[in-house]
Amino acid sequence: MTHVRERPAEQTAPPSSPAGRTARRRALLEWIAVHSLGVAAALFFTLPFVFVFLTSLMSDSQALSRDLVPHTWEWGNYRKVFDTPGFLVWWRNTLLYAGLGTVLTVVSSVPVAYALAKFRFRGRNLTLMLVISMMMLPPQVVVIPMYLFWAKQLDLSGTLWPLVVPLAFGDAFSIFLLRQFLTTIPDEYLDAAKVDGCGDLRTLLKVVLPMAKPGIAAVALFQFFAAWNDYFGPQIYASENPDAWTLSYALESFKGAHHTDWNLTMAATVLVMAPVILVFFFAQKAFVEGVTLTGVKG
Amino acid sequence: MAATHTLRAKHRRSALRTLAFLSPWLIGFAVFFAYPMISTVYFSFMHYDGFRAPTWSGTKNWTYVFEHYPFFWPALRNTLWLVVIMVTLRVLFGLGIGMLITKIKTGTGVFRTLFYLPYLAPPVAATMAFAFLLNPGTGPVDSFLEQAGIPAPGWFNDPDWSKPALTLMFLWGVGDLMVIFMAALLDVPREQYEAAELDGASAWQRFRYVTLPTISPIIMFAVVTGVIAAMQCYTQPLVAGKVASGVIQGAGTMFEPGYPEHSTLTLPQLVYNLGFQRFDYGSACVVALVLFALSMAFTALLMRRRGGLVQAGD
Repeated sequence: MTHVRERPAEQTAPPSSPAGRTARRRALLEWIAVHSLGVAAALFFTLPFVFVFLTSLMSDSQALSRDLVPHTWEWGNYRKVFDTPGFLVWWRNTLLYAGLGTVLTVVSSVPVAYALAKFRFRGRNLTLMLVISMMMLPPQVVVIPMYLFWAKQLDLSGTLWPLVVPLAFGDAFSIFLLRQFLTTIPDEYLDAAKVDGCGDLRTLLKVVLPMAKPGIAAVALFQFFAAWNDYFGPQIYASENPDAWTLSYALESFKGAHHTDWNLTMAATVLVMAPVILVFFFAQKAFVEGVTLTGVKG
Repeated sequence: MAATHTLRAKHRRSALRTLAFLSPWLIGFAVFFAYPMISTVYFSFMHYDGFRAPTWSGTKNWTYVFEHYPFFWPALRNTLWLVVIMVTLRVLFGLGIGMLITKIKTGTGVFRTLFYLPYLAPPVAATMAFAFLLNPGTGPVDSFLEQAGIPAPGWFNDPDWSKPALTLMFLWGVGDLMVIFMAALLDVPREQYEAAELDGASAWQRFRYVTLPTISPIIMFAVVTGVIAAMQCYTQPLVAGKVASGVIQGAGTMFEPGYPEHSTLTLPQLVYNLGFQRFDYGSACVVALVLFALSMAFTALLMRRRGGLVQAGD
């Protein structure tokens, strides 16, 4: 638990004294130990990405061998993946599901979260508890009636509608996260707005929303990735129609379409991972803030 | 009189306002939870294949799932395996990585980003990647192990190793826990460490008596949310089994769930297997209700043990 950065021993004892030297040596040893562990962990976390990427650039035959580095760099593999029938349609569907779903989720969840954070009413704790319970609910629990509802009653299976429409009615996780964020906004701002003659809606739009931007950014990112990563939803509602597949769902069919072609499969895998990683680099702060908000700031 | 009238009108206005703001979720709750939940209970007592009209079958679906359906108990066992072993390892590893990152003083930002990135990998993509990395014969991991003289396991192709392989993949994606633990560890007051050090406490004693009590609510939170996530574990074992078995011709192809030998079968997969492969919606609803009961039990634990999560009555 010694904090290397401050090196208290070094400040008190002169560096030439024996005590100062042992303390310095200990600090140095700890620095080395911590950073070697760090490098080992970094290898564990990054090597899978590296091997996937390297394999995506191998030739068909080399991908089946045990070589780790491509002999010839086959950038054409990516071209082949893009040329796969349906690939661009799957991109469009994924962006539609993720983009539209994110907008709908934010628009429908903000007022609910605001009411749960700032209104006083009977049954508020009960509502909040129901929201949290819904957040923990596996989608499989209600999937049978929901499937029958969308497929048999509305005849909309094989489309994106069953995936997108429910998001227009508030998402439990987003409501919870936004509510956590909105409770940190001091009531004084809301009271001041009220004194100035703002109604509830005006207060929400003009005062709360600008302050809640980081929370909204976190929710939007989580929702975007949830849709991007969703496998179960598309499997249930879109599997019968390849024109309605999303990338996450289509990826494993890719392995089937190009049987043992690990190189093309890995190229497709890179293309499904890349956007997520790119978005993360532009929005790192919002993301990490969202994670801590769910766990720490209870 | 006039005063009470206006007061009552004000109350009604404020109730209407609350209702208006909550309405998206209230409608969603009714349509996408309450109604299907009631239907799930209803269908669990019906024989329904999706074509002929549902007929009453009493508790037949229930006895079928618990006594005759060959996958229920293996799936429950696998789910419990993940709940106990995978969650424990993930929390310990997440805590370890969280502590490591608070001690790294050079290049902290780079290390933190590298440790966090795998958490973002889409589940299907991560599973495809690990199916390739751990592929016996051609995968890089096994060739490393063999070069080091260690007998290489069959990972996703070996019923004894498929769950450890899944666990390894979930350990890889431990970035969320790292962030949560890191934030909690940085919140431990420095003075307490200094005081403990003056009292001559060893590193382990400082961890045991200063760090652990402060972060124990976060550990509890990580355990319970981990348990809930483990119970819902669906995409990764399904895709791993499909890819390793090599039977897939395309998405939606029939496959025996849980390859190899039911070892990657989890409870949520049974709902899919019963409902959408065997067209036995009634029995699928029975499994759905079991899943519901288990998740609600753990959610209740989460809310009880961590009242702070809800901030009731603030």
